[in-house]
Amino acid sequence: MEKGKTLFWLIPGLIVLILLPPLTGSVTMRESVFLMLMYVSLAVSLNIILGYTGYVSFGHIVFYGIGGYIAFYLMKFYNVHLIPAMVAGGIGAAIAAYALGEAVLRLRGAFFAIATIGVNEAVKALVNNLDFIGGAEGLFFNFKIYKAYGGAAKAIWFSYYTMAGITLIAILVAYLIKKSKFGLGLMAIREDEDAALVLGVSTKHYKSLAYAISAFFPGMVGAVFFFKAGNIEPHDAFHLIKSIEMIFMVMLGGYGNVTGALTGALVYERLKGYLLVSPLFKDLHMAISGAILLLIVLFMPQGIVGFIRERSKRLREWLE
Amino acid sequence: MVSAWIGAILSGILLGLLYGLAAIGLNLIWGVMNVINLSHGAFIALGMFSSYFLAHYLHVSPFLGVVFVLGFGIVIGMITYLVSLHKIISAPELSTLLATYSVSLIIIGLGTFIFTTNPRAIDIHLGSVSVGETVLPMTKILTGLFSIVTTAWFYFFLYKTWSGKAIRSVSMNRDAAELMGINTTATLALAFGIGVGLAMTAGSLAATIFPFTILSGGGYELKSFVICVLGGLGSPIGALVGGLVLGLIENLVTLKIPTSYVPFLEFLILVFILIVKPTGLLARR
Repeated sequence: MEKGKTLFWLIPGLIVLILLPPLTGSVTMRESVFLMLMYVSLAVSLNIILGYTGYVSFGHIVFYGIGGYIAFYLMKFYNVHLIPAMVAGGIGAAIAAYALGEAVLRLRGAFFAIATIGVNEAVKALVNNLDFIGGAEGLFFNFKIYKAYGGAAKAIWFSYYTMAGITLIAILVAYLIKKSKFGLGLMAIREDEDAALVLGVSTKHYKSLAYAISAFFPGMVGAVFFFKAGNIEPHDAFHLIKSIEMIFMVMLGGYGNVTGALTGALVYERLKGYLLVSPLFKDLHMAISGAILLLIVLFMPQGIVGFIRERSKRLREWLE
Repeated sequence: MVSAWIGAILSGILLGLLYGLAAIGLNLIWGVMNVINLSHGAFIALGMFSSYFLAHYLHVSPFLGVVFVLGFGIVIGMITYLVSLHKIISAPELSTLLATYSVSLIIIGLGTFIFTTNPRAIDIHLGSVSVGETVLPMTKILTGLFSIVTTAWFYFFLYKTWSGKAIRSVSMNRDAAELMGINTTATLALAFGIGVGLAMTAGSLAATIFPFTILSGGGYELKSFVICVLGGLGSPIGALVGGLVLGLIENLVTLKIPTSYVPFLEFLILVFILIVKPTGLLARR
């Protein structure tokens, strides 16, 4: 299959972005690039189930929370290193998604969306009650944990590079899926699930697999994020508004498109940063985000990148 | 022990009626235009604040204010429909979910800005009634009664008036309704308006029992999902029964297990029913 040219500029561009903070040594820049990378990996992986397959996972943040909790638990009580703990978190989230998917992916459209919200809220309420993982108060790291990474300052840099690695892999995987027969099957499901089934796409299996992959990366992102934060609590880990943020980013950039999800995440991070610090808008940032989202849904449902792709035929193979 | 059970049952019924009323608006909109109104909770909170301001500045009793809040809700709901939903009413679910969610963000964002998130309460004392050893505040009883009255009004509207028939026909088949000379745009707007009006009414009643902030609607919204799924779509009675079931579960279960497990149980029920019987447990179809 045609491989396209998108990755040739996307990956180098991203590497330049990743290298900016260590080269300039700016801590503020590192924090904002860290957030950008986190948003990019969340948006790109959500796009696999939302954009490719057309299933609106409204409570997708649940996998970020699950991954975060698994990794945090391993790191705190068993002194596991971040990398294996993170992978365990990702795998845990993916297994949870696969098992859950077997049940809830039978639902279509809005029912699926409501079910995923229900799952997120159920898990949040359950975690609130489980005392061995800290209940409603959550868990805290003892600062000694960061010693294994050469102190807290080095640990933050370590988590930054780890996040960068996750992001690059997530983009690569999302792109390869889009270009594979598997991805084609997913998009067939999005366009017409019954027709796809009749034409021999194993829809049930495909959907569950797509759901598991799109949960794997958020699980790892959660692990790194909460490692860096040093504490985890249910309200933070399963905050529904973060799910909406992920969907917002995918919609802003362009649905079903790797460059789109990436663009959406970058623009969103800048926008949010601007709205939060601007003296004029800081108290109104929620209302303004809402208005922007409404305008996108009403007038530019294809997103920024989708809009460009529609206008220019030449750029299309560079923007997939 | 018996009196504790009686108290829990009475309290559960009264609260359940309110939950049912809160869910009817969501149920109507979901059933008629297949839109899950994610701004439902924000409108419930708006109803709380409307009632608060009526009581606080104009000294209108919240129970009289219900009529104004309902009317205000219908108007604001119709405007919301025409501005944010009409263009995408036939688009895939993602668009309508996001559009209603962005309405919710706008309302809550502005609400946080204007009202802050300090809790408020309507200052109302109407005494209480004791049944055996259980003491029920009068506001709670009135809330239950008003929920029944509002639901009855809505039932009458939906089944006995021309506009109600139009709404039902549009929910069955929009194209056929259009061909029969029904103005579907106006009908859908009206249905959305009434859905929002009922949500705000429920909010204004809830505000007489519990303190609230602009974020308080969220809990009712999630409960409304559970109720819609329990009671099935498209019937006000189903929503009321679903509400009663949820209210009773909440009050009875807490006699045996810690309160903090209740949300877990509710969402477990939601997901379970969705998987087993997505059309709703009490739905006829």
